[in-house]
Amino acid sequence: LVFTEEDKYGLYSNLLFKYFLAEGIVCGHDLFVASAKEHPDNILKELPAPLLDDCCRKELGDEAAAEKSEDFQDSMKIAWRYQNLPKMETSPTTYTKFGHYYDVSKKMSPELCQSVKLHSFYLHEELPFEPTMKTWNMNSGYARLLQSIQRIISQEGFDGSDPQKKQRNVLRIGIQSLGSILWGDDVCCSDAPEDPQSLTKFLYVLRGLLRKSLSACIITVPAHLIQNKAIMERVTNLSDMVVGLESFIGSERETNPLYKDYHGLVHVHQIPRLNSLICDVSDTKDLAFRLKRKQFTIERLHLPPDLSDTVSRASKQDLAGSAKLLSSGCGAMAIGKKHLDF
Amino acid sequence: QGKFTLLRDTRTDGSFLVHHFLSFYLRAGCKVCFVALLQSFSHYSIVAQKLGVSLAAAKERGQLVFLEGLKSCLDLLFGEEEQPGQPSPLQFLSRDLRALFDFVRVSLSAAAGDSWKGPVLLVDDLSVLLSLGAAPVAVLDFIHYCRVCVCCQLKGNIVVLVHSNEDSEDEENALVVNSLCHHSDLILWAEGLATGFCKDVHGQIKIIKRLSLRQAEQDLVQIYQYKIQDRNVTFFARGLSAAVL
Repeated sequence: LVFTEEDKYGLYSNLLFKYFLAEGIVCGHDLFVASAKEHPDNILKELPAPLLDDCCRKELGDEAAAEKSEDFQDSMKIAWRYQNLPKMETSPTTYTKFGHYYDVSKKMSPELCQSVKLHSFYLHEELPFEPTMKTWNMNSGYARLLQSIQRIISQEGFDGSDPQKKQRNVLRIGIQSLGSILWGDDVCCSDAPEDPQSLTKFLYVLRGLLRKSLSACIITVPAHLIQNKAIMERVTNLSDMVVGLESFIGSERETNPLYKDYHGLVHVHQIPRLNSLICDVSDTKDLAFRLKRKQFTIERLHLPPDLSDTVSRASKQDLAGSAKLLSSGCGAMAIGKKHLDF
Repeated sequence: QGKFTLLRDTRTDGSFLVHHFLSFYLRAGCKVCFVALLQSFSHYSIVAQKLGVSLAAAKERGQLVFLEGLKSCLDLLFGEEEQPGQPSPLQFLSRDLRALFDFVRVSLSAAAGDSWKGPVLLVDDLSVLLSLGAAPVAVLDFIHYCRVCVCCQLKGNIVVLVHSNEDSEDEENALVVNSLCHHSDLILWAEGLATGFCKDVHGQIKIIKRLSLRQAEQDLVQIYQYKIQDRNVTFFARGLSAAVL
């Protein structure tokens, strides 16, 4: 269960959401899209087109070759000790077999979209609720969504209930803007919501459904609107992976020279620890994203060298301050109050 | 015998302690009732196999009673009408946790022909009950009833995992955790390092042993640091991790 905290204007989290769905189509998984904001058909029309193997490799290969030929000649003069360290890979230069790459400027062709089974749930088009499940005091929008998901899972045999079905497939579920007022939940509007447990109950049942079947789910939530932090803590506990996107639009970081190459930060709050005692932690916690014309990339954030003529105190403090914010750890591994990561 | 152990984690994941206690008690030959609310049976089973215990076999021979919260919840919501006389243990979702307690009591009461050593109740994790709509008082009542039944009457042990955060805004959770801390005989508190993230030391664990329930000054406090590996966890004194020596 991947839980994404939306950035303020929802631009980038929408992009991540579409990537997830597009990957599903390319891999041949079935899709289930639920939204209360935008009609799922519209969402599906705007998925990014996958890059075909050859042209992707060529494009990335060209860029990488250009970079490499430049610095190959220079050896480091001052910081020569660093010469022996491996070059930091900020973007994928080798084509890995895991996952696909997408071209954001092109839309996915309708034929490709139709190649998998699509299920959708648009809250405002659903028929009035006939409870065939006990609602358990949950918000009716959520209850309907759960019922719909459960019906698809059992009908299409994702939970292994149909032994006749030879080919088992995966269901990718995408739920957009959960918890927003459009779902009938006021958890994003008020400090003391009427029914704070609807969201957590929904997530618990969803988690049960996901564990019981071959499905994966991404949820985006406008977390910046949720005033009640207790709910966010509980929600984090109930999800496997929690990722937050923070975009620089409209904040003072947009003009901060540290971040001039990037459009926002990626905060990984929790990574899944399933079927094992340990989890797979990457070396670095500082990730940032940027949206180029054709690609959306998530890279390690590396601060540019401080080459300004006036090395003022203000900029140094700023650096320290942002570095502090950057290295907030993720929940599965320990984080602490002071930040002397080593 | 008759001990209540509280597992507590702050800003990190203390579930490795749950896995440890599960395999520890199974290997010791105790009858275990495991209320697993957050993960599926196969998750625990796979980790237990790495630690050398087979949960499926334990279930077969009646040593382990496993309540898989996620599955029971689905059965409760989407299943057909339950048979009368067999209420689901998660029926609590309406009012109080009485049904859950009954389930625990029934599973740990000695049946004829049982040759297991003391019963053990293991809960992972208690904070989820609050997310599911149980009031904090109901949760505390449940624990109290379990304590009376398991620790005093059946002379068994209880191990419970809770999450806590120092600057958390979740008051209900804080209430439950504080109350349980006062009632525990042993507290194992897994925390993140105060200095931030480190690859070689995953966190520190504080072991607080209560010698007397009246005076807190007499508690024995020990602090170790740990690193989690694939098949076990290594503990070492502070500052003496293998990466440093």
